[in-house]
Amino acid sequence: MKDLSIIAYCSIKDNTIKLNNTTRVAKDPKLSFLEFAKKAYKEQVLDYPKFFKMDNLSKLAFLASDVLCNSDIIKNEHKEHMAIVLSNRSSSLDTDRKYQATIIDPKNYYPSPALFVYTLPNITIGEISIRHKIKGENAFFVLNKFNAEILTQYAISLIENKKSNLVLCGWVDYDEKKYNAFMYIVARNGIYKHSKEFINKIFNSN
Amino acid sequence: MKAIYISSNNILSPLGFNTAENISQISREKSGIKLQNIIGKTPSYAALIDNDYLNQVFKAEAICDIYDFNKLEKMMLLSLIDTISKASFSITDRTLLIIATTKGNIDILNSKINHISKNRAYLPELGKQIKKFFGFKNEPIILSNACVSGVLAIAVAKRLIQNEFYDNAFIVGGDLISEFTISGFQSLQAISDRPCKPFSKYRNGITLGESAASLAITSTNNSEKTIQIIGDGSSNDANHISGPSRNGEGLYRSIQSALKESKTSPESLDYISAHGTGTSYNDEMEAIAFNRAKLENVPVNGLKGYFGHTLGASGIIETIVGLHSMNNNTLYTSLGTDELGVSVPLNVIRNTQKKNIKTILKTASGFGGCNTAIVFKKIKF
Repeated sequence: MKDLSIIAYCSIKDNTIKLNNTTRVAKDPKLSFLEFAKKAYKEQVLDYPKFFKMDNLSKLAFLASDVLCNSDIIKNEHKEHMAIVLSNRSSSLDTDRKYQATIIDPKNYYPSPALFVYTLPNITIGEISIRHKIKGENAFFVLNKFNAEILTQYAISLIENKKSNLVLCGWVDYDEKKYNAFMYIVARNGIYKHSKEFINKIFNSN
Repeated sequence: MKAIYISSNNILSPLGFNTAENISQISREKSGIKLQNIIGKTPSYAALIDNDYLNQVFKAEAICDIYDFNKLEKMMLLSLIDTISKASFSITDRTLLIIATTKGNIDILNSKINHISKNRAYLPELGKQIKKFFGFKNEPIILSNACVSGVLAIAVAKRLIQNEFYDNAFIVGGDLISEFTISGFQSLQAISDRPCKPFSKYRNGITLGESAASLAITSTNNSEKTIQIIGDGSSNDANHISGPSRNGEGLYRSIQSALKESKTSPESLDYISAHGTGTSYNDEMEAIAFNRAKLENVPVNGLKGYFGHTLGASGIIETIVGLHSMNNNTLYTSLGTDELGVSVPLNVIRNTQKKNIKTILKTASGFGGCNTAIVFKKIKF
């Protein structure tokens, strides 16, 4: 089994977006996630009004993936077969609670289809796939905490089983106003080492 | 790559709490779907597990207090008790646990449920309960990938065992019928006013079901006759988050990936277990994808007329029925399919019949644009 590499990584935390540990967007940490997301969209994205229909978890995943999936990092023709493997602890629970609030009172019952479709964590993968026309393998793992071991095991399996040459891996969690996103792209050749230790190091330092 | 086999399995559904009972009901074309009063004033069709019966069996089999667990946990634990007791291996530090579920203990967001901590709405907390009950050594992977969760869990287990990260795995899938899911699918106008009718001209939506199902998967085979997982694939439509692709792109690509890995030609497939939800768009999309893959002549059924759409459990239940189709050399009726209602040819099974079945394809598609396909083969040593 040949060692794999990481070609780039990014994080979104405390209203700051970093690519390969270099700050790309930094906003006042006191802003709400929604205010921050709107500002980050205006600086980094601009051309994708569907962004405003997304729930918080999808907005977070979208912003992180948009930093990584640009043509300086991966060629457009390579994107189509890229696999996406995301994980978190809270699944879609933040939106689940909002949806539950719409059905809790029989006298004030207004279930919203626009909210309901976001009550699955893998919708984040769907949004990223639509944005970047990615038709590769998908998996969303819900784990007790960030788990570099499971992510590396599955990325290796996808590449060794010839299902993909590139894997976008990561952690996107949104729960009661607390959020954290971390993503990286695994490939056969790249700058950084694809090891549990290195991934834990960059997850913790970002 | 290592060969991967299925060792034991269980279906816990309204048709019965073990696989044999379920297969016997299917062979008699019995459905678990009934008219129920779950939410609001309008009754709707659903396949529900009787709570009193579940508690009675749980007390006897699990020897635990019924108030320590939520309904879904009891279903999953009971299903796994059966599968683990019949598996050819026992739990070690090289055993993986995968839990396939879309919503887990979602019913506890409802304030009327008080005997369980609200914390158990977090899926890893559900995972902890199952891990602790059986003494699994590794952290469980909870796969929450919409309606492909069950089928994808089988592919994930196979891949991780083939790459020698684990020796074997137990997979359990399940979801509840709750106000949450019923109201949500109602708001999307996706619920049928009759028991669902996969691939029928008269289909008008899904019927929800609740079940749990489990499988044991291993790289060590020690029986003469067994079933091998020979290929798998998954692909995203990259088209729409809640509607399937019109040309079946992701499903077509998943099937191609699974056929390629398994070195199986379309004409050598003996049976397809489709997703067959009974919605207008899904069934049409599947028919188009099967035609693109030159599978229009292969006998196909949708099993949701028996179980309803059981979300996280559906792919595992339908796979297990497929394994028994192979073992019994029997194609089971696609319950609810009357007049074919898709725009392209499809060989839907209308009468339960005998046929020599060696190789089958299982597919699933779901929200988020995800699709998964797996090829299974019957092996005699």
